[in-house]
Amino acid sequence: MQKIEAVIQPSKLDAVKAALIEIGITGMTIVEARGHGRQKGHTEFYRGREYSVDLLPKIKIDLAVSDELAENVIRAILSAARTGKIGDGKIFVSKIDQVIRIRNDERGESAL
Amino acid sequence: MKRHCSKLIGFLVACAASTGVCLAQTSSPPLTVSNADNAWMLVSSALVLMMTGPGLALFYGGLVRSKNVLSVMMQSFAMMAIITLLWAFVSYSLAFDSGTSFIGGLHHAFMRDIALTPDADYGSTIPVQTFMIYQLMFAIITPALITGAFAERMKFSAMAVFLILWSIVVYSPMAHMVWGKGGLLNAALGGAIPTLDFAGGTVVHITSGVSALVCAIYLGKRLGYPQEPARPHSMVLSFIGACLLWVGWFGFNAGSALSSGSLATSAFINTHFAAAAAAAAWAGIEWIRNGKPSALGAISGSVAGLVAITPAAGFVQPMSAIVIGLAAGILCYLMVAKVKQMFGYDDALDAFGVHGAGGTLGAILTGVFASSTINPVFKDSAGNVLPSGLIEGNGHQLLNQLGGVAIAWVISIVGTLILLFLVDKTIGLRVLPSDEIEGLDLALHGEEGYERAS
Repeated sequence: MQKIEAVIQPSKLDAVKAALIEIGITGMTIVEARGHGRQKGHTEFYRGREYSVDLLPKIKIDLAVSDELAENVIRAILSAARTGKIGDGKIFVSKIDQVIRIRNDERGESAL
Repeated sequence: MKRHCSKLIGFLVACAASTGVCLAQTSSPPLTVSNADNAWMLVSSALVLMMTGPGLALFYGGLVRSKNVLSVMMQSFAMMAIITLLWAFVSYSLAFDSGTSFIGGLHHAFMRDIALTPDADYGSTIPVQTFMIYQLMFAIITPALITGAFAERMKFSAMAVFLILWSIVVYSPMAHMVWGKGGLLNAALGGAIPTLDFAGGTVVHITSGVSALVCAIYLGKRLGYPQEPARPHSMVLSFIGACLLWVGWFGFNAGSALSSGSLATSAFINTHFAAAAAAAAWAGIEWIRNGKPSALGAISGSVAGLVAITPAAGFVQPMSAIVIGLAAGILCYLMVAKVKQMFGYDDALDAFGVHGAGGTLGAILTGVFASSTINPVFKDSAGNVLPSGLIEGNGHQLLNQLGGVAIAWVISIVGTLILLFLVDKTIGLRVLPSDEIEGLDLALHGEEGYERAS
C-alpha cells in the first residue's frame, strides 16, 4: 500500500479531484497548506512598508492506494495539476505499514 | 458648535425693547426644544457611538494580528462602558460645568441639574441632556483612538486605569477650554484665545494623536518590530470599519452644529468632500510610488481627511474642504510611510500619524479657510459680522489657532507622561514577553477571535 502526498496549486484542485474520481479513487484528504519550493513569494505594501510573503497558499492531497493503482494515480495527478511553470508542486510517494477502518476495525488493503 | 450669542443678544434686545424690564429679570424665559433639532442630535449621538463600536473596533481590529484582534476590540468597547460611567459620575461636569477657564466645577457630578430644556450656550433648541449624551460619545471615542498606539502590548488593566485618568486630566480640561462655559479657547463664548474647532480637531484628534505618540515611545516597540512583519490579519474588517467611520463622522461633524439647519448641511458636505479628496490623494500617491493603489491606503486616506476637516467642518466652503482633504491625504501619508520609519517609533496603528498630524493640520487650515459666510462666528459689539479666516483677510485667527494647537499639544504630552509614569510604577504598563508572543486574546482575555479547530 502506498501513501501519495501531492502538493499542488490551489487553482488545480478541481481538475485533480475530477481526474482522480475518473480513475476510480473514492477517498482523499485535502489540506490547506502554505509553502514554496523554488517559487519566489510576493511583496505586499501596508502603509508604505514592504512585507515579503514567502509562504504561498498550496493544497495538499493525501491519498492511500494499493500498489497496483499507484502509478495510475500519479499519472492522473501529473496531467491534471501541471501548468509547466515553477510552483506546480511535488508528489511524494511512501510505503504505508497499515491501514485501519475506524468504523469496523477492518485492516489491510480492504480498508483502503 | 453653533454660534448662539447673536440669537441671545437679539432676544434680549427685543425683550428690552418690548417690556423695558426684561434685562432686570434674573433669568430669561426658557428656550424651547425643537423636535427636529433634537431628533437629529440623538441620531448624531448614535452615529458617533457607532464610530467607536463597531467602527473603530473593526478598523483597528483588522490591522493587528489575529491573535490580538479581540484585545483591540475590547479596548474600544471598554471605553464605551467605562467612560460612560465616568462621564455620568464626574467628567461631564468637569468639561461643561462653569468653573475656571481651564476646567469646570463639580455641580453636575452624578448628573445633577442637567436640564431637559435648552441652555443657550449648549444648543439653544435641544435639551441639555441631549448635549450631554452627544458629548459623551466624543469622550468615548477619544481615548479609544489612543489604543491604536499601544496595540498588541499593553495590559488591559493598565490601559483602563490610564485612560480613565487621561479622560479626567486631559480630555475634560481640553473640552472645557474649547467648548465649555468660560473656556480659554472657546471662540463662540468669548474665550481669550478663541480657537475655531467645530467638532474636535484639537479636543479629540490632537489630544489623542499626540498622547498616542507619547504612549508609543514610552511603552516601547513591539517584540520583533520592525524586523518581523506584523501584517494586518483582515483588511476586510478594517475596510468595513473605515466605512462605518466615514458614515458615522456625519454625526461627529454635522451633529456639532447642535441643530439640523443649514450649518449642519455645510458641515455634512465638508466632511464628505474632505474624506473623498484625502482618499483619492493617498491612493494616488501609492499608485505613483508603489505602482498599485491599496485598499489600506484608500481607507487610511479617507480617515485622514475626516480628521483634518473635523475642526473646519462648520466654518469653511466646500471647495476649501477638498483642499483640506488633499493636504491631509498627502501629509498623513508622509507621516505614516516616511516619518515613522525615520524616527523608528512603533505607533502600531498610526494614531499619531493620522490623528495627531491630521488634527494639527486641520486646526491650522481652519484658521486659513474659515469663512464668515458659512458661519458668522465673530461679531463686533454692534453685531456686524467680522472676517473669520485668512482668506477673508483675518490673519490674526491663524495665531489663535496655533495657540489652541500648542495648548492641546502641551496638555497632551505633559498629562500623558505623568499618567503613564504613575500607572507604570503602580500597575505596570506592558504585558510579559511570553504573553505578547502568545497573543493578548488568550493571555489577557482567555479567548480566541477565530475558531482554530473545533
